[in-house]
Amino acid sequence: MSRREPLPPGEIQAMAETLRASVMHMLAEARSGHSAGPLGMAEILASLYFGCMKHDPDDPAWEGRDVFMLSNGHTAPILYAALAHAGYFPVEELTSLRQFGSRLQGHPERVSLPGLESTSGPLGEGLSQAAGYAYVLKKLHRNPHRFVYVVMGDGELNEGNVWEAAMFAAKNGLGQLIGIVDRNYIQIDGATESVMPLGDLRAKWEAFGWHVLEVNGHSVTALLDAVQTAQAVVDRPTMILAHTIPGKGVDFMEYDFRWHGKPPSPAERDAWRSAQGLEPAGFDHVAAEKEQ
Amino acid sequence: MAGYPLAEGVLTDQVAAEPIRVGFGRGLLEAGRRDERVVALCADLTDSTQMSRFLDAFPDRFVEVGIAEQNLVTVAAGMARAGMIPFTSSYAAFSPGRNWEQIKTSACLNELPVKVVGSHAGLITGKDGATHQMLEDIALMRVLPGMVVVCPGDSIEAEKATVAIAANDAPSYLRLARDATPVFTTPDSPFELGRAYVLREGSDVTLAGTGALSYELLVCADLLAREGIEAEVIHMPTVKPLDEETLLASATRTGAVVTAEEAQVAGGFGGAVAELLSACQPSRLLRLGVEDRYGESGDPRELLEAFGLTGAGMAQRVRQFLSR
Repeated sequence: MSRREPLPPGEIQAMAETLRASVMHMLAEARSGHSAGPLGMAEILASLYFGCMKHDPDDPAWEGRDVFMLSNGHTAPILYAALAHAGYFPVEELTSLRQFGSRLQGHPERVSLPGLESTSGPLGEGLSQAAGYAYVLKKLHRNPHRFVYVVMGDGELNEGNVWEAAMFAAKNGLGQLIGIVDRNYIQIDGATESVMPLGDLRAKWEAFGWHVLEVNGHSVTALLDAVQTAQAVVDRPTMILAHTIPGKGVDFMEYDFRWHGKPPSPAERDAWRSAQGLEPAGFDHVAAEKEQ
Repeated sequence: MAGYPLAEGVLTDQVAAEPIRVGFGRGLLEAGRRDERVVALCADLTDSTQMSRFLDAFPDRFVEVGIAEQNLVTVAAGMARAGMIPFTSSYAAFSPGRNWEQIKTSACLNELPVKVVGSHAGLITGKDGATHQMLEDIALMRVLPGMVVVCPGDSIEAEKATVAIAANDAPSYLRLARDATPVFTTPDSPFELGRAYVLREGSDVTLAGTGALSYELLVCADLLAREGIEAEVIHMPTVKPLDEETLLASATRTGAVVTAEEAQVAGGFGGAVAELLSACQPSRLLRLGVEDRYGESGDPRELLEAFGLTGAGMAQRVRQFLSR
């Protein structure tokens, strides 16, 4: 079914690092945007787009594709990076993030960019949209071969809309719906457990009737295994609680909630890139790799 | 009369009455018959929003989301993304009252054909009181780019409007009233999205109405005619896009415009007409409706009287307006 061969886990991990480098560059060029979430979600997006999703960058509307919806739309840079590196649009375009006239809007605009399945940003709506899509696949099209993936932030779970969707998806046994919560314990105002305690998320989702898995969100193999397990559960939706480190991979950002909604400066980006052994800026290395 | 087919006995005690929402129930069934992509979603109000006919005929295409209006419209957006044409229904106080941002983001910005049906809108909701009398919905929905806003005048027109918005690709809002209101159109009366209809010709003043108040304007015009004031009555079931041409042509002839709606005039239908006239054809304008206050419990007729929105009440206001 898949139109794109999955990469081996090692290459997916390398891709996650590439996506991170792109995110740092995009944010520094935009001088605007969110850092911590996108960096922490690199393995999740890399695993989906390069490991387990059926999709075709040459034919974004391919009818056999799986559907990905990003609910926490402020983490758009990591999605844009994944789409670009997967081949939906030129990698060079990533530096247009948040610029006037760009297809890479501050929050994803479905109609502006190929590969985007949903408009999002205001929190709490992605799970419902994904559930609506999965409902059509399961109950109306009776097509068990397509999956709908949705990534949410943990702070987003403050929204009542999420729990309305949780009940709806469980009631309708939407086994083709696979949610992933980026459990990084931060939101804009501080730690999730101090802003609005989420408590035992596993118990909460289970109580709502979901199949729940908990994984290290930086382990590609754990993520791929979890998705495979989720795909085999057909009678109820699965929520994967992916534990991640906010700002992962950038030493001065890790675990610090103050980087939730702030971009690195160009100087911070350059320092980080040289510490990683990367060129100071730009996507030159990407272009070079492509030519090889 | 201007050739528009009005129901028989329209200005007599013999005029038939039926809730506008009942016409929606029939229209949704018809839309479902015509296109199997039509699905219906309801938030625990299936009977009162009249979706029950659709549920009986197409149980597989009916989705009950429970008392969850935010989820109602966001699930609908997901279904639309998967190729369906979803109609969502609740009381207007809750949808679009409670889920406006979801409508903006998930339906409109996504450019999806989600049809938001707000039942029990306006003063005609009656006894439930201010919390349930949605008076702000026209303003809320009119301001969303790309949104089509339709306030049918009666149950027959509601049926046609439902079929029409199902066949149209845009996100749409359909405003319905709870209690029975006079049926002044006929199955043969024309209905097209975006079109206004001259119900009665006249040269002294333009009376433009939307929803059930267009009927009250006919009554109003009849009373004025007895005093020698010839009013033109324009029924404007589509508030957005507004039929500017028909309204401006009439305003140019009469030089005086009165709008009528059972909703807040600020931002509502009256607001839309005010915006148009001030830009294109400055005219004397009187906006009849609810003016910066909430409703209260009461019989719908009692409320219309209290707010000066019956034919007789409006005739008095129009008289004063023209004599100034």
